Amino acid sequence: MLRYVLRRLALLVPMAFIISIVVFVAMRMIPVDPGELVLGPWATAEQRELARQKLGLDQSIPVQYLRYVTTAFQGDLGRSIKSGKEVTELIRATVPNSLMLGGTALALAYLIAIPLGVVAAVRQNTLVDQGAMGFALIGISIPNFWLGLLLVLVFAVNLRWLPATGSGTAAHLILPAVTLGLQYTAIVARMTRSSVLEVLRQDFVRTLHAKGLRRGRIIYMHVLKNAVIPVISLLGLHIGGVVGGAVIVETIFAWPGMGALLVNSIIARDYPIVQAVLTLLGVAVLLANLLADVLYAAADRRIKM
Amino acid sequence: MADPVLDVRDLHVALHTRRGVIHAVDHVSLHIDPGETLALVGESGCGKTMTALSVIGLVPKPPGVIEGGQVLLGGDDLVPKSDEEMRRLRGDRMAMVFQEPMTSLDPVFTIGAQLMETLLAHRAISRADAHAQSVAMLKRVQIPEAERRMDNYPHELSGGMRQRVMIAIALLCRPDLLIADEPTTALDVTTQAQILELLRELRGEFGMALLLITHALGVVAEMADRVAVMYAGRVVETAGVEEIFANPRHPYTKGLLASIPDLADGQERLATIPGTVPNLLHKPPGCCFWPRCPIAEARCRAQEPALAELAPGHQAACWKASA
Amino acid sequence: MTKPTETLPDPEAPWDAEAIGAPFSPWRDFLVRFAGNKSAMVGFAIVLVLCLVAILAPWIALHPIAEQDLMVSLEPPLTEGFPLGTDQFGRDIFSRLVFGARVSLQVGGIVTLVSMLIGITVGCLAGYHGGRLDAVLSNLINLVYGFPLILVALLLVAVIGPGLEGAMIATGLVIWAGFARIVRGEVIALRNREFVMAARALGRGNVWIIVRHVLPNIIGPVLVIASFTMAVAVIIETSLSFLGLGAQPPTPSWGSMLNEGRSVIYRAWWLATFPGIAIATLVLGFNLLGDGLRDVLDPRMRT
Repeated sequence: MLRYVLRRLALLVPMAFIISIVVFVAMRMIPVDPGELVLGPWATAEQRELARQKLGLDQSIPVQYLRYVTTAFQGDLGRSIKSGKEVTELIRATVPNSLMLGGTALALAYLIAIPLGVVAAVRQNTLVDQGAMGFALIGISIPNFWLGLLLVLVFAVNLRWLPATGSGTAAHLILPAVTLGLQYTAIVARMTRSSVLEVLRQDFVRTLHAKGLRRGRIIYMHVLKNAVIPVISLLGLHIGGVVGGAVIVETIFAWPGMGALLVNSIIARDYPIVQAVLTLLGVAVLLANLLADVLYAAADRRIKM
Repeated sequence: MADPVLDVRDLHVALHTRRGVIHAVDHVSLHIDPGETLALVGESGCGKTMTALSVIGLVPKPPGVIEGGQVLLGGDDLVPKSDEEMRRLRGDRMAMVFQEPMTSLDPVFTIGAQLMETLLAHRAISRADAHAQSVAMLKRVQIPEAERRMDNYPHELSGGMRQRVMIAIALLCRPDLLIADEPTTALDVTTQAQILELLRELRGEFGMALLLITHALGVVAEMADRVAVMYAGRVVETAGVEEIFANPRHPYTKGLLASIPDLADGQERLATIPGTVPNLLHKPPGCCFWPRCPIAEARCRAQEPALAELAPGHQAACWKASA
Repeated sequence: MTKPTETLPDPEAPWDAEAIGAPFSPWRDFLVRFAGNKSAMVGFAIVLVLCLVAILAPWIALHPIAEQDLMVSLEPPLTEGFPLGTDQFGRDIFSRLVFGARVSLQVGGIVTLVSMLIGITVGCLAGYHGGRLDAVLSNLINLVYGFPLILVALLLVAVIGPGLEGAMIATGLVIWAGFARIVRGEVIALRNREFVMAARALGRGNVWIIVRHVLPNIIGPVLVIASFTMAVAVIIETSLSFLGLGAQPPTPSWGSMLNEGRSVIYRAWWLATFPGIAIATLVLGFNLLGDGLRDVLDPRMRT
């Protein structure tokens, strides 16, 4: 087990570097002169050249990258072109908010989706099943930005129960978390249902009945444990998805997380921030995939490690 | 004579599928005395397994419906019993071992957990007692290092070992009736012999009745006291094991016997029965076997023969058997 | 019924013609099952109707998409001449929705086609070739598959600048992994089947074998993925447009319409409602179609 984790971690390092290189090179391909961005369109050529030197942009790209990586490991990700604030500081302020939003959304999704999927499977082809699966189908078809708008329209504009934007209290968390989580509730519920149905068809379920076990024990101990294992393997994909979805949801609800920071920085062409945030989110996705694989391996001892 | 442990009378089980009704078990009667082994023989799809599942109350419903008949276990009819009453009997007074040892155990629970939960479902005993009894039963089915095996997962055991575990689970509550559905088909030859030997020993020791479902006539010869041959959902011949090998009366039984490879003769080609098992959705009229029967005549196509007593304890359903 | 005769029945002779059945036709079989599958039919109907709307947009729309009239700004739905109301510039929402169908379907269609080509190529290469190439490619497939589409799309948009072209390239560059995964698996399963072995034994070239024997056998799964990919592509396009990074004015993308509606959400609910319904309906249509196709073509295949 430990060896498996270590091997996966070892594989993670080069992948993280690849991501950082891709992002870095992509940023250098932006056809806008950062010097102009910093100083505005009326700066003289000398002023711009000076700004470029200050930003290290007169060097070749590999040299720039090496410098970027070495300073990054010292905790310095550069400064915002627009505000001059340290990127590290900006990110540090947003990480807890993003973790809270993403964590709540996923926890909500799995807590609702797994029981929903099990009930739908056990009562296959009944109204309960059709209702749950209809809900799930709508859940995967509604884009999260529209769901966010709808929730704002209903709960903030009309009912005035919850704040539309901002952060700070639990009430602020509800709408963004539901918006972000619904899609995954739907996906996990569908997955759980088909996984349970698959397990119910397996030979060992008949053995369990032949042993005279109660139906409740068969379904909620044996079938559930078997069915949940493949669902867990999706967790990594979903954490990655939530990282991406948060970009939009945070923007809608003005939630001060990394996603909103990213979008605002893209619009403002504040590339040191874009570069740092994209790289970090990419590495976060890699870590999430690793986490899910390890969980899956731990849950299912049949996997050779 | 003692009352039979299992007495199936005129059992009729139908599967109501979208494409039509399949009479999977078509007015079948069987009985097994205490300590006796009845072999239920036939090609796949002939209703053997469905008969066993209806005895133990595990016919999938829907599409399965028990249309009629009785299943008497120790004189007590199981057909009208509720699901809960049947659940209490399963694993306790009757138990079943399945064909596929590789997939018949839950892969994500330990062997020990799967043994103990069976005891705990039927007996009011402590976990410690359940553990002790489970280990004892693993030893009884000759699993080495039984104590340690309790913590193993099924994938850590070989096929033969898993089938031993299945047998141990089945016997934990000392059932009156053990149903073994092709218990050795999925195993290699050496392991087959070991498992059969084990079953024979345990049958003697526990004195239970054994319903052995198989298509392997070698297994029948080795294990059975009596034989019932099924074809297309019906019992077509039943007799003592020696009688049926020496004096088969139904052409289908004859065909089955002719298809045993006779290695002593150095004969290489097997005689096979021409044609295939009939599609049970479209059973032929008359005797089900006539499309494949070498001696069929006009009457066979028109009228269905009933089981007729040809000699004491020997019945066959064939118009031409008594002739 | 059979007439009694004294001759022996021929054991080979069918005693029941119905059991043997009509000659098997995969195409007819597919159509029959497709027509009998509720979600396939509903999804197909939704997609078909919206495609027709997109094609016939100039005849369906009531106003030119860019026609502004500040005299009628923010009229509620069911106003005369504006069945779904108007936006803050007085543009007819219904007409813009009708033309928006074109944008979403075009972007979705191009992205799906391109990613299908990339995915099939990579999947065939990895699955058919095997060995080290497969190891490298499947690592790449998994990396791309596990990556949130929207992040890659944002990266590209940051580089190329806002616009539909950027959105399409971005989406296409990541979404192909879904095809590649399935195709690779199918090709590996097919590689050792008898008919492929036979073709190889006959000395057929690899390309010939893939085109002649492998591709026809993976059409089913590819169609299923294509339908789901359309759904995802539509969501990505509208998401980017919603963020102001996709379709630029005056192109009427459903996503940018929602973005415009966001600023007046306290005064005009319809701006933030109807484009969303349009998106959800189209996405639902492709999801239903994909679900249905999967059930019809391969009941074993589950995502």
